[in-house]
Amino acid sequence: MGGYEETGVLSLDDLLNIPSEKQLEKGVAISECIQNIPCNPCVDACSVDAISMKDINSPPVVDYDRCTACGNCVAVCPGLALFIVKIKEDKAWITLPYEFLPIPEKNDTVDALDREGNIVGEGKIIRVRKQNSTWIITVEVDRSLAMIVRNIRCRR
Amino acid sequence: MHLRIREHPIIDFSGREKISFYFNGEKIVGYKGDSIASAIHASGVKRLSESLKGRHRGFFCGIGKCSSCLMTVNGIPNIRTCIAPLQEDINVETQSKSVPWPKVDYDAWEDGLNIEVDILVVGAGPAGLSASIEAAKQGATVLLVDENPRVGGQLIKQTHKFFGSKHEKAGIRGVDIAKDLEREARDHSNIKILLESTVFGVYEDPSYNGFTFGVMKRENYKSRLVKVHCKEVIISVGAMENMLLFPGNDLPGVYGAGGVQTLMNVYGVKPGNKVLMVGAGNVGLIVSYQLLQAGVDVDRVVEAAPIIGGYHVHAAKLRRFGVPIYTSHSIKEVYGNDCVEGAFVVELDENWQPIEGSEENVECDTVCLAVGLTPSTRLLEQLHVEMADIPEAGGRVAIHDEYMETSVRGVYVSGDSSGIEEASTAMIEGKISGISAALALGYNRDAEELRKEYIERLEKLRAGPFGEKPRIAKRKILEEWRRYHGRL
Ligand SMILES: Cc1cc2nc3c(=O)[nH]c(=O)nc-3n(C[C@H](O)[C@H](O)[C@H](O)COP(=O)(O)OP(=O)(O)OC[C@H]3O[C@@H](n4cnc5c(N)ncnc54)[C@H](O)[C@@H]3O)c2cc1C
Ligand code: SF4
Ligand code: SF4
Repeated sequence: MGGYEETGVLSLDDLLNIPSEKQLEKGVAISECIQNIPCNPCVDACSVDAISMKDINSPPVVDYDRCTACGNCVAVCPGLALFIVKIKEDKAWITLPYEFLPIPEKNDTVDALDREGNIVGEGKIIRVRKQNSTWIITVEVDRSLAMIVRNIRCRR
Repeated sequence: MHLRIREHPIIDFSGREKISFYFNGEKIVGYKGDSIASAIHASGVKRLSESLKGRHRGFFCGIGKCSSCLMTVNGIPNIRTCIAPLQEDINVETQSKSVPWPKVDYDAWEDGLNIEVDILVVGAGPAGLSASIEAAKQGATVLLVDENPRVGGQLIKQTHKFFGSKHEKAGIRGVDIAKDLEREARDHSNIKILLESTVFGVYEDPSYNGFTFGVMKRENYKSRLVKVHCKEVIISVGAMENMLLFPGNDLPGVYGAGGVQTLMNVYGVKPGNKVLMVGAGNVGLIVSYQLLQAGVDVDRVVEAAPIIGGYHVHAAKLRRFGVPIYTSHSIKEVYGNDCVEGAFVVELDENWQPIEGSEENVECDTVCLAVGLTPSTRLLEQLHVEMADIPEAGGRVAIHDEYMETSVRGVYVSGDSSGIEEASTAMIEGKISGISAALALGYNRDAEELRKEYIERLEKLRAGPFGEKPRIAKRKILEEWRRYHGRL
């Protein structure tokens, strides 16, 4: 398999920086936007200046110590490339933008999908909200899937 | 077979009023807001017309630029049904290759109308809207003309959030940007908007010291001639979708990507149930994702180049739903009796040649072509503007300076018709052309400073690797411009 430019799938090595365990326990935004594209609304969306960019064509860099995991950037990102990951004991909470029907409800059990759409486990919906006309879903999965699960599929 | 989208995660298609009409004598029900072609397509009819050789023609571009949807409506032939609004009780008939003289009293040239303005803006996409607003802010009177029934150009079908910076409304969905721009334009009393109207030609009128344009205004499927006198004109007519050569490319069920987007996101109609997407540039990736949102299965995306051309973030959105992207693959042929029943795809070697034995059969009812756009330039050619062939701009374009003025004084271009790019840059180019046209007429409210700021913003947006193509295109255009002026 080739790199992401051939497959459309990132590997962890492609990410610019990976948060530490401690930062993950606090909960942080993870950017999967790694190319030089002309875009910067995530920078403007962050009220604590945790996202920086050299110029509008550079990829965003998240300052994990500053990030409060508020999710504002997740709701605004046109690339749907920002996720919040928070580790809670043996579970991981993943907050992702979701633009499909049906919209899951709290406590629903869903399929947890990886970056290629494969089912890699089961998820429980923790929170559902709408911001900037985008559904923002928080799903709980096994801790080992924290950096793997990036999508869900409703079973209803 | 019914192809209506029942529910959609982004657009609310519910609660639309039903409209019944006759198609080849049979009663069909559509919805208010449908075009004639979208209502017919929704009922499962894919054959809209036929070629001179009698081959079937289906929905292709959806924006009135190709001619696969010509039909006879209420006895009036050659109506472009993809942009003709559906009305109660109309009589729609497919037509054969030779069209008889209209059966009705056909007042094509009925009582002409004259309009005189400072600036005529042709095309109400992001470029034309921004140009009109900016020129109006300076104080000029503007006539904004578009041949579609709605304002917004390509934006009205773009349900995804936009890239760019906050100045170009990044993070907002294209459909909402269109509404914002329309509201802003309508707030200016010095902008007059004429819809369902095609600017078709430029004429000599010795009685007027300026430009004279012919505009065809459509109403109830009849046309009326409008004569427009203006001192300056901004051409922002967008682009046409490219075709690809392969056997079966004219079968109903082969669509342009923009056409598919129009069907789904403007009219709430699915193109089919299973799609093969050709092209992994941003358009192919975005439209594939929007097909999934509409509940349509995307079998795969094939891309002839060895790498994905669009932004990774768009590719990732598709992959997360399990849609494969095959790079170094292309379409070989499409088969089917009356419409698409499947296609053969083939792998390409490093010289882009098909690898023997690599053919794969893909069963699908829809093939969607996202293989680039070509600038629309017919009006510019009529205006005798200097043109140049610039592949990076998408073909033949008008040469222009950094203020968007062409070689003919008073004629400006902006947006895709000045070189294929994006909505964000189309908006800024539009602003620059609007300000420049107003300035040339003596309207000046800090115009020069504003224009300088816009030019800087444009350069910043184009500075990255994905801006390389437009950067080269615009550099070549400027070089051609200098060469042309050196010759004078
Ligand atoms: C599928 C798809 C996805 C895209 N995604 C993005 C994106 O994410 N971000 C981004 O920045 N850009 C995107 N773009 C590109 C963007 O939509 C275009 O670059 C932009 O719309 C160009 O604007 P424009 O005003 O030049 O032309 P258009 O939007 O095409 O508007 C031209 C208008 O002119 C009218 N017209 C044409 N001829 C005549 C005539 N003779 N008389 C009267 N009216 C006429 C047409 O009806 C049309 O309304 C996308 C494009 C497509 C097709
Ligand atoms: S989650 Fe909130 S704090 Fe963290 S980067 Fe995004 S906007 Fe900033
Ligand atoms: S908003 Fe999203 S796509 Fe745009 S730069 Fe930020 S992370 Fe990338």
